Amino acid sequence: MTNLAKRKKAELRFRFYGIFSVFLSLLFVAILIFNICLSGIGGFYKTIFLTSIHFDQKLLNLEDNASEEQIRNASFSKLIKNNFDETFKDYSKDEIKQIKKLFYRKIDIELKNFLISNPEFLNKTTKVELTASTHIDQIHKGNFDRSVQEKHRKVNNFQLEIYDKFVEDQKVKKVWNSTYFTSGDSRDPESAGVAGSVMGSVFTILICFLLSFPIAIFASIYLQEFAKTGKITDLIEININNLAAVPSIIFGLLGLGILLNFFGLPRSTALVGGIVLSFMTLPTIIVACRSSLRAVPPSIREAALALGATKNQVVFHHVLPLAMPGTLTGAIIGLARAIGETAPLLMIGMVAFIMDIPSNPLEPAVGMPAQIYLWSESSERGFIEKTSSAIILLLIFLIVVNFVSVYFRKKYEKKW
Amino acid sequence: MFYSVLTLFVLSFIGFYLGKRKSIKLSQNIKLASLPSYYGYLAMLYILIPTLIAWFVLLVGENFVLEKYLFLILKEFLISMSGSEVQLFFIKIKNLSEGASFGNESDIELLGAQKIIQFKNLFLLLTYLVIFLVTAIALYLVNKKISPTFKSQRHVEKIVNLFIQLCSYVAILITVGIFLSLVFETINFFGYVNPLDFLFGINWNPNKAFVIDSSDVIDKDILKDAFGIIPLMTGTLLVVFLAMLVSIPLGLMSAIYLAEYAPKRIRDISKPVIEILAGIPTVVYGFFAALVVAPKIADLGEYIGLDVSSESALAAGLTMGVMIIPFVSSLSDDVIRAVPQSLRDGSYALGATKSETIIKVILPSALPGIIGSFLLAISRAIGETMIVVMAASLQANLTINPLEPTTTITTQIVTALTGDTEFDNPKTLVAFALGLTLFFATLLLNYFALRTVKKYREQYD
Repeated sequence: MTNLAKRKKAELRFRFYGIFSVFLSLLFVAILIFNICLSGIGGFYKTIFLTSIHFDQKLLNLEDNASEEQIRNASFSKLIKNNFDETFKDYSKDEIKQIKKLFYRKIDIELKNFLISNPEFLNKTTKVELTASTHIDQIHKGNFDRSVQEKHRKVNNFQLEIYDKFVEDQKVKKVWNSTYFTSGDSRDPESAGVAGSVMGSVFTILICFLLSFPIAIFASIYLQEFAKTGKITDLIEININNLAAVPSIIFGLLGLGILLNFFGLPRSTALVGGIVLSFMTLPTIIVACRSSLRAVPPSIREAALALGATKNQVVFHHVLPLAMPGTLTGAIIGLARAIGETAPLLMIGMVAFIMDIPSNPLEPAVGMPAQIYLWSESSERGFIEKTSSAIILLLIFLIVVNFVSVYFRKKYEKKW
Repeated sequence: MFYSVLTLFVLSFIGFYLGKRKSIKLSQNIKLASLPSYYGYLAMLYILIPTLIAWFVLLVGENFVLEKYLFLILKEFLISMSGSEVQLFFIKIKNLSEGASFGNESDIELLGAQKIIQFKNLFLLLTYLVIFLVTAIALYLVNKKISPTFKSQRHVEKIVNLFIQLCSYVAILITVGIFLSLVFETINFFGYVNPLDFLFGINWNPNKAFVIDSSDVIDKDILKDAFGIIPLMTGTLLVVFLAMLVSIPLGLMSAIYLAEYAPKRIRDISKPVIEILAGIPTVVYGFFAALVVAPKIADLGEYIGLDVSSESALAAGLTMGVMIIPFVSSLSDDVIRAVPQSLRDGSYALGATKSETIIKVILPSALPGIIGSFLLAISRAIGETMIVVMAASLQANLTINPLEPTTTITTQIVTALTGDTEFDNPKTLVAFALGLTLFFATLLLNYFALRTVKKYREQYD
C-alpha cells in the first residue's frame, strides 16, 4: 500500500514539474513583454514646457510678411536669449544659463519651425511648446531617482527647483512624441526617431521578397513536379536543409566576402541587406511551397491532363494557384523572421549612424533591429527608453504580420 | 539603372505583342501548331533572357573594368602608392564622382572623378546598346521562326523548364558561395598566422595585431599567441552549456506536459504562446539580457557575497536558454506525439502510472528524436550572435566560471568586422577563420541531429 502511495505521489510530482515548466516558460514571455512595454511606452511621449515667447521682429532681423525662406535663414539665438532674460529677470546670468539647460539644446529649430507654420505670430507673444531636455524628460516620467546625491545627478538642485516651479505653474506637459515617428537617427535622444530605420527595413524586406519569393517558387516547382530522383536532386535537398540551419552571421560573412568585396556592391545599403536576407529566407519559402504543392490532390492534376493540358500548363495554371495560400503563409513567416535579423546586417555595415531617411535601396540605411542595437549601446537613459519603444513597434509589427499569416491560412486554405 | 530596366520590360512586352500579332495574322487561313500567345511568349523570352544575362555580366564586370581603366590612365600617379593607399584613393574619387565633395581635392583626384563619370556614362550607353541590339536580333529570329507548323509552345516550355531548374540550383550556389568566401579569406588569414597556433593557441588578443598596421613588415612572433581559438571555444561552450541548462529541462518537461497531460484547450493556447519566444528578434533578447538580466544577477551576487561581473556568461547563457526553449519543446513534442498509442496502452495494461509510462516507455522510444532536438538547439545556440554581442564581454578569458566575463566566437566575428575593415590585416581576416569553424561545427551538429531523427522515424513508420 505504501508503495502505491509513493507511486501516486511520484505521479503528482512529475505532473507538477510539467505544469511548472509550462508556467515558467509562459512567465518568461510575460516578463519579457511586460518589461519592454514598461520601459518603452514612455518613449512615445515627450515632455514639453509651455513657454511664452515674444517673436520680436528686430531681434530676428525680419521684415513684415517675411517669406518662409527668410524665416529659415534667420538666426533665433538672440531672440531666445532675450526671451529668457525677460522671463527670468530675477535670476543671475549664470542661473539663466542653467535654466536654459532644462530645454532641448536645439529649441531654436523648434521656434523656427513654429514660426514658419504660424507666420502670423511675428511680432506677437504666444505660448509655444518647447521640448524639455532628455534629463528633465526622464525626471518628469518618473524614471529618475531624486534622492541621488547632487554630484551624481545630471540635473542639479537649482534646476530641479526651477522644474518644480514649472510643474506648479502647470507649464510642464507630457505630449505625444510625433518627432519619434517622423525623423531619422540623431545624436540627441530628444530628436531621435525611427522613420529612417523603418524605411531601411521596408527597403530591405522588399528586396528580400522580390528576390527570394520567385526563385523559391520556381525552385520548389522544379523539385516537386519535374525533378527526377537522382544525385543532383538529393544534393539540392541536402543543401536546402543545411541552409536552413546555417547561423545567420555566416550569411553576413557571405555578403561581405562575395557581394561587397568581390562584386563591389555598395556597402551599408538596403540592396545588399536584402540580398543577404533573401539567402536566409529562401529555404523557408521553398519548404512551405513544396509542402503546399504536395498537398494539392492528384485529381486536380489528372483532370487537367485529361483535358489535354501539358505538364507545364497543369502546374502553372492549376497546381500553383492552389498552392499559393500556403506558400504565401510560409513566405510571410520567413520574411517576419528576416525583419528581426540583425547579425548579418552588422557584417555588411548596415549598422551606422545615419541621419537621413533613405529614399531608395541604394542609399546607406539601417534596419529596425540594427537601430535597436545601436541605441542600446548608448549609455544615455533617454536612448534606452527609445530602444524599448522601437522594440515595442517591432514586436507589434511582428504580431500583426503573424496574425495576417494565420488569417490567410484560415481563409484560403482548402481541405481536400 | 531604373530606366534601363524599364526599357527592357517595355521592349519585351512589345516583343510579346508583335509575336502574338504575327501568329494571329497567320492563323486566319490555317490552323497553328500552338496558341498565338505562345508565339508572343517566345519573342518575350528571346528578348529577356539574353539581355538579362548580358546585363548581369556588365554589372559584375563594371567595377573590375573601371579599376583596370583607372590604373591605365593614372599609372604614373598610382605606381608610388601601396595597396591600401590605392584602395583609399579609389574610394575617395568614387565618392567624389557621386558628388560628395569636401573642397580639398587635389587635381589628380578631380581628374579621376571626372574619368569615372565619363566611364559610367559610357557604360550606361553600352547597356542600352546591348538591350536594343538583342531585341532587334531576337525579333528577327522569332519573325523568321514563326510559321504554322512551328511548335512554339514546346519551345517556350523547354525554356521555362530550364529556367526553373536553374532556380533550384541557387541553393547549391549559395552553399558554394559561403564555402568559397570563408575558405579564401581563411587561407589569407593563415598566411599571417600558423593554423596550429590558431587552433591550439590559448591566448586570444587580436589587438596585438593592431600595432602592425603602420608598418608593412609583419612580425609573426607577435601573432603567434594573439589568435588562439581555445578561449573562444571554452567561452562559447560555457554559454551554450548554461543555455541548455535552462532550455533542456524546461523545454522537455513542457513538451511532455503538453503532449501527454494537458487538456486540449490549454495546449492550444500554451503552445503558440511559448513559440512566441522563438519569434522574438534576438536583438530584443540581447537588450533584455544586458539591461535587465545582467544587473539583476550582479545585484543578486552582491547580496550573497559573490563577485559577479556585469558581463558574465551567466546572463547571456540564461537569456539564450529562454530563447531556445521553444526549439526543444516543439520538436520534442512532435516526437513524443509520434510514439504509437499501442506502446502507451501496453504500459497502462501492465499497471504503470502515467509518469512511469512516460519515463520508462515513451521517453526511451522517443529518445533519438529528443536527442536530435537537443542537438539542433545546441547548433542554434552556438551560432546565436546578438545576445552574446550585447550581453557577453569582449575580453577573452580561459575560464569555466560562469560569473566571470567570457567571450564567444560570434562576438569576436562581430567585433573583428565592425568599424574599419581592412582586408590586409589578420585582425579582420580572423573573422572568416572563426566563421569557417562555426560553419563546420553547426554542419556537423545538424548532420548528426538529422541522422538520429531519421533513424528513429524508420522504426515506427
